[in-house]
Amino acid sequence: MKFIRNLISHQWSAWIVPIIVIFLWQLLGQNGLISQNILPTPLEVVQAFIRLSEDGTLLDNVGISAKRAFIGFVIGGSIGFSLGMINGLSKTLERLFDSSIQMVRTIPHLALIPLVILWFGIGESSKLFLVALGVSFPIYLNTFHGIRSVDKGLIEMGKIYGLHSFHLFTTVILPGALPSILVGLRYALGIMWLSLIVAETISADSGIGYMAMNAREFMHMDIVVLSILLYALLGKLSDLVAKFFEKKWLQWHPNYNPSHNG
Amino acid sequence: MNSRPRGINLELERVEKSFRENKVLKGINLSIKSGEFIAIVGRSGCGKSTLLRLIAGLEPASNGRVIADGEAVESIHADARFMFQDSRLLPWKKVLTNVQIGTKTRSKIEAQAALSLVGLKDRGDEWPIVLSGGQRQRVALARALAGEPRLLLLDEPLGALDALTRIEMQQLIEKLWLQQGFTAILVTHDVSEAVALADRVVLIEDGNVALDIAITLDRPRRKDPRFSYFEELILDRVMGVQETNLIEFSKSKISRSM
Repeated sequence: MKFIRNLISHQWSAWIVPIIVIFLWQLLGQNGLISQNILPTPLEVVQAFIRLSEDGTLLDNVGISAKRAFIGFVIGGSIGFSLGMINGLSKTLERLFDSSIQMVRTIPHLALIPLVILWFGIGESSKLFLVALGVSFPIYLNTFHGIRSVDKGLIEMGKIYGLHSFHLFTTVILPGALPSILVGLRYALGIMWLSLIVAETISADSGIGYMAMNAREFMHMDIVVLSILLYALLGKLSDLVAKFFEKKWLQWHPNYNPSHNG
Repeated sequence: MNSRPRGINLELERVEKSFRENKVLKGINLSIKSGEFIAIVGRSGCGKSTLLRLIAGLEPASNGRVIADGEAVESIHADARFMFQDSRLLPWKKVLTNVQIGTKTRSKIEAQAALSLVGLKDRGDEWPIVLSGGQRQRVALARALAGEPRLLLLDEPLGALDALTRIEMQQLIEKLWLQQGFTAILVTHDVSEAVALADRVVLIEDGNVALDIAITLDRPRRKDPRFSYFEELILDRVMGVQETNLIEFSKSKISRSM
């Protein structure tokens, strides 16, 4: 009993369940209880990983997918961020544009795929468009909200102490909005990968999605599972990057620095 | 930080302020000499904070004029500094940077000097979040003084502090005022605090100046019988209003909001 309790409270205890699952998966698959056509064993997935890394196809495809995601994110993110800033700072512009933006937001962007194919074809631009569209809304909302919820008392203090327009923006408003903006960023990253995965199933001649679809045609289920795992890994990686920036830029915030609980 | 900046002198001429239909200030006339320490007291909602904000130039008067050193106050005066009830420090900037905001040239040296004045010279490199309420108010005071203001406006800055910290802060404010000679206007609900710090106490009642008495006690102020005399004089006046109101209420007249 004590051994188990010690095990659970250990730092790495979060890995206990996944390790058991993988172990069972390997066992069941190896002994034929799970058909090879339904789910390959973990070992087979690892072998596929090694095979594809050796001839470079893995790195190429991962690179292409990542590039698509990144470019789409930058495009959609910049648009969402700029609009969020502008509408956040100006009540007039908010009144003019916010409702329209909210209306477009309620359309699930992935449902637009048939239209997107019609407009952009099945090349790169359709994929970039989907990613950009998906990413722009969480960033818009959180930027807008972030600017609006900056402590009015701090803004008043800034004005009294001679901080005007540009300086007021960079010293008070932008840092005040940053926690909210970073939340938008993390959320948008999740949507970015989701949009990319779906976009790559439309049709592709490169990227992880292409690799997966190709593999399915030839019943290479191990590569299919590998692709899924790659997407998950990329997602986790981008989340780590976002967390890194959060920790760096929000050192002063009690939520991100529990040792500083004033 | 060696020179004694001459305090601003203020003239308030028939100053009125209304918010929609509510006339908060009904015609304030007040003269404040350079370097004087004035306390403004009164019940909650009597308009004392509004008056302070008008003097600061944060809001325009609906009628009448505020004149600082002979010129009408139209916007935030460059030599005036404000202290709020909450410290209003930027949480994302370190303590020293926050104080630098108060200096005229964002000077680190002046900011560090101001921090030393309030007894926090080694805390410049910390985030505001780690400081206690009293320490944050001290940083806010350092920020207010870092620019060598000629007019310091304090809007109940000690209200959120515990009793002991409040006394320490009062002594600190008095000491710095004596050193630097700025004009100080303190809004407070604490009559004791007013008598301890001010040269003159002004009571605002129903939007008018109801009392304006000079505190003729020597400094440093001690809580002796003469102190209590002034305290009771002012308190009676404040409380006396309540009795009159009760009588009027019982006579079925329209009751005034207290």
